[in-house]
Amino acid sequence: MKKIALNGAGLLVALFAAFPVYWMISTSLKPSREIFSSTPQPVPAHPTLEHYREILTGNLIPGVSFLDFFVNSAIVAVSTVVLSGLVALLAATAVARFRFTLRTSFLIMLLVVQMIPLEALVIPLFLMIQRLGLYNTLPSLILTYLGFSLPFAVWMLRGFVAAVPKELEEAAAIDGASRAQTFRRVLFPLVAPGLVATSIFSFITAWNELIFALTFINDQGRYTLPVAMTFFFGRDDTNWGPVMAASTLFTLPVIIFFLLVQRRMVSGLVAGAVKG
Amino acid sequence: MTTLTEVPETAAARENPARRRRRVDRLPYLLLLPALVIIGVLLLWPLGQVVAMSFYRLNSVRQLRGDREWPWVGLGNYTDILSDPFFLTVLRNTVLFAAANVLLTMVLGTLVGLLLNRLGRKMATFVASCVMLAWATPALTGTIVWKWIFDDTSGLVTWLFNALPDGLSNSLFGRSDWTGYGWFNSPLLFFAILTLVVVWHSFPFIAVSVLAGLKSVPSELHEAARVDGASPWRVFWKITFPLLRPVFGILIVLSTIWDFKVFTQQFVLAGGTQDRPTFMLSIYSYAEAFSPPPKYGLGAAIAVILTLILLVVTGFYVRMVLRQEDES
Repeated sequence: MKKIALNGAGLLVALFAAFPVYWMISTSLKPSREIFSSTPQPVPAHPTLEHYREILTGNLIPGVSFLDFFVNSAIVAVSTVVLSGLVALLAATAVARFRFTLRTSFLIMLLVVQMIPLEALVIPLFLMIQRLGLYNTLPSLILTYLGFSLPFAVWMLRGFVAAVPKELEEAAAIDGASRAQTFRRVLFPLVAPGLVATSIFSFITAWNELIFALTFINDQGRYTLPVAMTFFFGRDDTNWGPVMAASTLFTLPVIIFFLLVQRRMVSGLVAGAVKG
Repeated sequence: MTTLTEVPETAAARENPARRRRRVDRLPYLLLLPALVIIGVLLLWPLGQVVAMSFYRLNSVRQLRGDREWPWVGLGNYTDILSDPFFLTVLRNTVLFAAANVLLTMVLGTLVGLLLNRLGRKMATFVASCVMLAWATPALTGTIVWKWIFDDTSGLVTWLFNALPDGLSNSLFGRSDWTGYGWFNSPLLFFAILTLVVVWHSFPFIAVSVLAGLKSVPSELHEAARVDGASPWRVFWKITFPLLRPVFGILIVLSTIWDFKVFTQQFVLAGGTQDRPTFMLSIYSYAEAFSPPPKYGLGAAIAVILTLILLVVTGFYVRMVLRQEDES
């Protein structure tokens, strides 16, 4: 009896959590008359890819297609990932491998800057981007997201570097490897899985971001996907089929990446709170 | 391995201790340098800059580019904001929204965490996977889907209310035809839906963290209490909660910080920055700065106020994390 109640509650939670995602995908596969029918169909009765075809072949905004926005978003996200991973790896090595005077101060600063409300930085960063002449360019976003993703990336990578036994590097040093060689041949391959996990977080940060992309990009051809989507839907009467198809294409990479690394998210954010 | 590492190392140290020490001292700073520069230029400098900008009257992009001068107004922007009764509305919205969302997120998240801990293996995996989906969904698309669910013609909620028996619907709400009903038109209803969206997005993190905490706590205590006939309510408050107090502390602080600066969900649900009665601090700051006519100085002042509020909350957070790093 109690078991049934628990399982029932579990199913309710699962339904609440997963339903919107299900509904997004399901709507994207329904022909328009099913979407706008007066009795909603729980499952697409006549599944179709017409909405996907429409957004992938047609233009979301005159002259610019969904794929263009997808490419813009990918350029921004991948550049952010590469830069932030590289810089974070150097900093994480410093923090995890060396004891130096400012080490603790740096760690505290990392914690504090993660709490800066990024929303409050739109205005000063807009100023900086204007001054640098980067307004309306994708590098303006790469730079911004690099700053946003770096503190968490260092914080997370620090644990991965610390987990690599120091003896391995020492052994390499004894065998005559230079510091750079040790870093490249010993530490780097062992930290690589952690670097992948960290990169995924930076990717998701950059991929999802809306406010700055909305503010720094003026030219529709340079919109990232999130900006394009806010423009795309609700222009006239919202045509939910293509909107849901676009949402699905935008969401799926994130969900897949996220599921790969979600474990580390908890341990990263509640760092040290749970012992053992 | 140990002998190998020990012997040459001591030899190296004997050979040239000074050189070795100097190299070790400089390298970490070199490694940190790029990160420090980036954090400094892209986070700390703008943070200072937003404070500086809040003391000027900045109403055109040309001023930002440096083509025109910046008239100093001192605390003028702040007095403008604080003397405007609208600011009180915004502040009330922000605080009430954050309080309600933190409370609901924590309660729901904790309940789901406890539930996941009690479910059988297969069921727990299934429910946890579904919960992960809500967490993984980007704020943007998650909100768009909820907006579609509340669509005034073909949305699921509109259909559900239309499906209510007319008599019941009439006596409860005074209407039976819900087609065309604007779910987002009244501020209260708007905030209710926004709360639904935000809680949906944020309860998974709480649930998973609470679950992780529960797994780290020995289960004998719970079993003993249950055998002694303690009610689940008592078991939670007398055993679970005290053991997980540090986890709850951090979760509450993080949720507070996140819920104070909700932007994307509100922006998408409201369809931009026109819906002033539902403004909260972050969207208010953005709208003042970027909706024509632009008022960058005023927006900056609002952003500073938001930051100051969050600074207090962050103080708690850092203290908590540091205390726990010390303990472990």
